[in-house]
Amino acid sequence: MDTIYALATARGRAGVAVIRISGPMAHAAAERLTGPLPEHGRGLRLVRDAAGEVLDEALVLTFAEGRSFTGARVVELHLHGSRAVIDVVLKELADAPELRMAQAGEFTRQALESGRLDLSQVEGLADLVDAETEAQRRQAMRVMAGGLGQKADLWKRDLLRAMALLEAVIDFADEDVPVDVTPEVTATLRRCQQAMQTEMDGVSAAERIRDGFEVAIIGAPNMGKSTLLNHLAGREAAIISDVPGTTRDVIEVRMDLKGLPVTLLDTAGLRESTDAVEAIGIARARQRAKDADVRVHLVLPEDFSQTAQGPNDIVRVGRSDRYDIDIEGVSGLTGEGVDRLLTEISERLAARTLGAGVAIRERHREALSAGIDHLDRCLALVSGMSETLDLAAEELRLAVRALDTLVGRVDVEDILGEIFSSFCIGK
Amino acid sequence: MKHETYDIIVVGGGHAGVEAAAIASRMGARTALITMKAATIGVMSCNPAIGGLGKGHLVREIDALDGLMGRVADAAGIQFRLLNRKKGPAVQGPRLQADRKLYQNEMQRQLAQIELLDIIEGEVFDLVQESGRISGVDLQDGTRIRAGAVVLTTGTFLRGILHFGAETRAGGRMGDDASNRLADRIMNFGMQMGRLKTGTPARLNGRTIDWSRLELQPGDDDPVMLSFLNDRPQARQISCAITHTNEAAHEIIRANLAKSAMHSGNITGSGPRYCPSIEDKVVRFAEKESHQVFLEPEGLDTDTVYPNGISTSLPLDVQESFIRSMLGLENVEIEQPGYAIEYDFIDPRALNASLELKEVPGLYLAGQINGTTGYEEAGAQGCAAGAAAAAAVLQREPISFSRTSSYIGVMIDDLITRGVTEPYRMFTSRAEFRLSLRADNADQRLTEAGRAAGCIDDMRWSLFQAKMDRLQAGQSLLESRKFATAELAKRGAKLNPDRRAKTGLEALALTEVDFGMLLDIDETLSQIDPVTAVQLKSEATYAAYLQRQDRDAESIRRDEGRLLPADLNYSEIPGLSTELRSKLESRRPRSIGEAGRIEGMTAAGLLLLMGASRRAAA
Repeated sequence: MDTIYALATARGRAGVAVIRISGPMAHAAAERLTGPLPEHGRGLRLVRDAAGEVLDEALVLTFAEGRSFTGARVVELHLHGSRAVIDVVLKELADAPELRMAQAGEFTRQALESGRLDLSQVEGLADLVDAETEAQRRQAMRVMAGGLGQKADLWKRDLLRAMALLEAVIDFADEDVPVDVTPEVTATLRRCQQAMQTEMDGVSAAERIRDGFEVAIIGAPNMGKSTLLNHLAGREAAIISDVPGTTRDVIEVRMDLKGLPVTLLDTAGLRESTDAVEAIGIARARQRAKDADVRVHLVLPEDFSQTAQGPNDIVRVGRSDRYDIDIEGVSGLTGEGVDRLLTEISERLAARTLGAGVAIRERHREALSAGIDHLDRCLALVSGMSETLDLAAEELRLAVRALDTLVGRVDVEDILGEIFSSFCIGK
Repeated sequence: MKHETYDIIVVGGGHAGVEAAAIASRMGARTALITMKAATIGVMSCNPAIGGLGKGHLVREIDALDGLMGRVADAAGIQFRLLNRKKGPAVQGPRLQADRKLYQNEMQRQLAQIELLDIIEGEVFDLVQESGRISGVDLQDGTRIRAGAVVLTTGTFLRGILHFGAETRAGGRMGDDASNRLADRIMNFGMQMGRLKTGTPARLNGRTIDWSRLELQPGDDDPVMLSFLNDRPQARQISCAITHTNEAAHEIIRANLAKSAMHSGNITGSGPRYCPSIEDKVVRFAEKESHQVFLEPEGLDTDTVYPNGISTSLPLDVQESFIRSMLGLENVEIEQPGYAIEYDFIDPRALNASLELKEVPGLYLAGQINGTTGYEEAGAQGCAAGAAAAAAVLQREPISFSRTSSYIGVMIDDLITRGVTEPYRMFTSRAEFRLSLRADNADQRLTEAGRAAGCIDDMRWSLFQAKMDRLQAGQSLLESRKFATAELAKRGAKLNPDRRAKTGLEALALTEVDFGMLLDIDETLSQIDPVTAVQLKSEATYAAYLQRQDRDAESIRRDEGRLLPADLNYSEIPGLSTELRSKLESRRPRSIGEAGRIEGMTAAGLLLLMGASRRAAA
């Protein structure tokens, strides 16, 4: 049985997000992120990436074999429900060799296979999978209209052509087929692979368009971050007080900024703190800020010129109503500079959407990445058409199989059809 | 009639029939092979070659089950070639040119030696059916022969029509009568039938060919046999020759297209895309100025030559003029004209995995009647059907052929789940587990199962065990020897010379390392014989891929193991769409795996079937 994982809660913003891992290797895979886990139990764990950096703190539930919903060993990571956290943890899991992403309904299928479901539950499940499939179909239709369909068609044509060439050389060696198909296979696969790479690079931007951008407001305590947020939100989202460190967690407000879905984040004042709860808030704020699409830094006038300005950083003097200076500032209290700030944010975000590809699902990204890897190996094996042609063909088959959620299934009949229409077979 | 009751009756003495009869009798079933003309047993009615890509794999599998085709072909082989010698062991296919007469004689000699087999000459007029089950046949002379099961291997004899240009004649192949009465009987079973066509070229008189002007194609210097039992050719070896069609030939063909049976609309069946007639080639690939034609001698003591590549249904005079326009054939004499043949086949989706008709228990079908083409495809089905029928009658566990372990399994599964739209021929690309289904390991995949089923004799079994011992010993030796990476790198292996030493097996897995290189470094490896060494290299090369394929194979096997009851009432499963229900009702898949390959099957549908399968098991 494979060990599979997926986000079990609805995508998008929520208080808690649950990532479920199910299968014989569930504990081992989760322990890379969390350190040792009990066979069956629960605990609070820091979730770290491979480099040891803390991604989040999570409530972790573990289930021994035979005692979980799927019947297999299960680990559930209950994370903070932010997109950034979810994405980074999912990416970590995607890199784990013992895991693969679950297909629609697959957890329940595991449950069925291990005899955890009765017949009426099976029927309910079938309905669910049907609905899910229908939702995916509709989703796919939307994506198709958006252009992935056309691109995938081109990839499919290229892959099919390359397969037909390789298979023709293999299966019709004694016939009137070209002896060396390396140049055409190589050129076709390179072109296809490059287009996929471009598409994959655009995935994250495309996901942003779907899930929304994050804009973090950061700065030292009491720089007027929460006041600015409340001004923008038009309601008291964050508790404002003059006591530094009032905002102990990340506060967020969703808004539509010139047509782009944006979540504004008010982060806890960034400073060292001895208060344990505040320290967690600060760590989280740093992480969120790091991952945000645009960071608005609120600073004192004297720090303005020294604050780093990357392409995603906007620096403003905070609480500008207090100063009479000729540096760009913003004040949540008076509204001064707010319009200019919003315009600049939307311009920065709009620039980021330009690179957006049309592959929009994490699943697509995984498929593309696996496909590209197999094509790499195929290209290496095919060069010289040496004694490894059978392995080259195998890598190409694996690539096509990895991509079948994108390009659709390629059947042996498709390949034979391409061969028979291209070459005069029949000596 | 001396014997009137048998365990198994095989109808038809073609390539499917002989293997079916042979394997059933090897398993201990008293078997009757009924053919219209005993003298035609073992006739190669198309080209005089056996094996090739995919096909060579099938012959090796027949041989691994102790079947006849490989041994007989080796005895008759007059030119041996291993195709794809340089493209990786998984896609190498052994092939040979056979002397027709030697082949036929050897086949008849081998059959005559089989104790439990009687060969009966006669025309099967009807099938005996008792309470639904087939229990024998009636011959035209009124004789009734009873048996526990009947294997039909009647090839193209079902409503066969020959076409020579506009002229048509009923018949299975030149000189034989088509069996229309049996066809009518089979039609009455109400099965779905289809119509196919195939063609054959003219036969030439080799003494009228100017060989001196032609490019010759000799066999391999290091010939590879079809049977695991043989290691060298038995007959004298010869070369084939190659000539080409040209513009003049194409012009003649184009000018006479209307006279071709295929192109004048006289033929309704579909022909194979991989074996088009020369008319098709000229029309479909109009930009090609020339097509190659292989001149294959049909034997050592005959002058007949088979010109492979120009099958045709043009009238004789046209055939003569386009053939004579080719280099070396300017003065050639045609011994027998080319013709097209049309015939009925039974939609193989009516069969179960034993090749038994689902609706007619006791009746097994094998060969061209199932929509396939080729001696090898026919022989392989004959083995499968004969073994399954014998196992049923003798009440033994049948041999199970799976996509994961044999080309025979791939072919049967393709036939019974996908059906046929053109004559079905094996290609290696049909096998998703191609890397593990190699010609060199057919015995490792099948011989043990064959032994359990009782079709492997002691001689082959002890040879097989000796081979397995050699492999095992070689593997252990390689595993125990260490090779310094620097040593390997020096000889051209692409690896980091500072890494820890590799075992012999690990080293062999590297592309640049071959057995000879290791032998250079460590001469204790000379204990391993060259044949075993080649195979160890293949297994090492594919090890990483095989692990992945094993995982895939495991999930296929799991789904194949989830059986669906034959009498499952699909209308009682709520939630199945009408379309799926009707497909399931007509196909009656045996397992979840088979159901999953039905076109249009959905994940939700499979889940419902799994529920039903579990309920049935409970």
